[in-house]
Amino acid sequence: MDLLLAYEGLFAFVGINGLLALSVYATLSCGQLSLANAGFMAIGAYTGALITLHSPGVPFLLVLLAAAAMPAVVAVPLGLPVLRLRGVFLAIATVGFGEVVRLVFVNWDYTNGALGLVAIPQRTKLWTIWLALAVALYLLGRLRGSRAGYALEAIREDETAASTMGIKTTAHKLLMLVLGAALAGLAGGLEAHYTFMVAPGGYAFGRVVDMLVQAVVGGTAAFFGPVVGAAFLTVLPELLREAGARLGFSPGPFRLFLNGAILLAVILYLPNGLVSLPRRLRRRRLA
Amino acid sequence: MGQQILNGVFVGSIYALFAVGYTLVFGVLDILNLAHQAVFMLSAFAALLLVSDAHLSLWAALPLAVVFGGLVGIALERLAFRPLRGRADSNISGLISSLAMATVFEAIALQIFGPDTSRFPQDTFPDRMIRIAGASASLLQLCIVGISVVLMALLTFLLARTRLGRQIRAVAESPRAARVLGIDIDRTIAMAFFLSSALGGAAGVLFGLAFNSISPDVGRSVELKGLAVIILGGMGSVPGAVIAGFALGIVEVFTVAHLGSSFRDAVSFAVLFLVLVARPRGLLGPAAAREA
Repeated sequence: MDLLLAYEGLFAFVGINGLLALSVYATLSCGQLSLANAGFMAIGAYTGALITLHSPGVPFLLVLLAAAAMPAVVAVPLGLPVLRLRGVFLAIATVGFGEVVRLVFVNWDYTNGALGLVAIPQRTKLWTIWLALAVALYLLGRLRGSRAGYALEAIREDETAASTMGIKTTAHKLLMLVLGAALAGLAGGLEAHYTFMVAPGGYAFGRVVDMLVQAVVGGTAAFFGPVVGAAFLTVLPELLREAGARLGFSPGPFRLFLNGAILLAVILYLPNGLVSLPRRLRRRRLA
Repeated sequence: MGQQILNGVFVGSIYALFAVGYTLVFGVLDILNLAHQAVFMLSAFAALLLVSDAHLSLWAALPLAVVFGGLVGIALERLAFRPLRGRADSNISGLISSLAMATVFEAIALQIFGPDTSRFPQDTFPDRMIRIAGASASLLQLCIVGISVVLMALLTFLLARTRLGRQIRAVAESPRAARVLGIDIDRTIAMAFFLSSALGGAAGVLFGLAFNSISPDVGRSVELKGLAVIILGGMGSVPGAVIAGFALGIVEVFTVAHLGSSFRDAVSFAVLFLVLVARPRGLLGPAAAREA
């Protein structure tokens, strides 16, 4: 119990980062890369924070639902034209989208510009975060092995072949983009009510890189992989902070460097992520 | 009016130079190199170091920084792209590995130079204004436009007329056929990366000079513009990127003049999105954009 109290913040961020990594996984699971999730997260965070600040009486569950719904609605007009095209086009359009969302919040007086919103009441508890994560995992786990799940895998393997099989590729890809947006928004809403504040700087491009690193490092072949990756990469920098400082690194660049290097190593040498490690080791021992 | 067009051409020349390298690699590998903006940033810092610490003149530092950018490009290809070649999902995994390299580069710059803005020394370039047809421009701006245009012309010549250019175009067309014809694919791709990154690096140095501010995240905003330019020009089309670069520069300057500077970056996104909706192949891109 002491351990839980001492590291409550860390546990909370493992949960929030897990949700975010799952939001990236949602689109990756059908072979699409969405880099807009920091933007979706920002939309969710601001939506939730504004509701709580302006009408404190609204139940927290409704606030979180709104935080998830808003980016999901925005994702439809963003995804619809782009998802008809090749894989890279979603990545390109979403890089731009994430940046524009950030700029809107920087320039918008209603949300207090670059300073953002502060003094948001802390309504998120540790169990709220982990409950949300469990629900998300349950949904994504149920998707596996279902009709839609097989369709997504087919799209990831070969989109042209999938569409000749009569799978509605655009609809499936859009569904996963919307689901990813909702998860990112939910995580944003949870985080805003945990850290007391939202500011545009927290949703810069680096944030979506973090999510992607966690999803890919954990492994996108299994639905729980991203959560493993999020836990690993949230805890690791804390453990290595001392070592990094002794080598003369400042904490910010050190974490960034670690993220980049680990991502590169995993994508090159362990394409299915950490969760595939046990099986690979076993196979090697047998060989 | 004339003044605004002049400013637009000036900004546009940097966008075009940046995007030409972007699109060159996409044309050859069919992979978006998201580390291009990091090469841009590193080269700008390299030039800054050469000028302020090694006390070189700008005219010596510029080519050195450009070559440095090219070498970073070769390293990038070796580390992040070559190992993935032949993998089925190289489209997405290449994107991700280039993003990983961009993160590493940014971390290195952040560690060495810190998060704040660095500037070139005061006397790096003579501060002189010149009047052309009622509009005024600084000597620096004219030099930047001149250098960009010369570099892009050199690239066009190289692609059209030299042996290396023919090899690059052959690999872009079909790697398999190129291999059958005896072209060393790995070497050709490495050279394409060298050229692409050298041009990206040149754009970085010129951008650093033009706005006299370099920071580890300086490539981010240019990246968005570069993406808009290659989409508008047509993925993989070098002449398309040149035209689109100047066009975006001019549109951006007019938008800032009429709607305010907070719309500057929204222009790129609007252009990007409209092209993707209305004409995904861009101005001069190949027609097949719906393949999987």
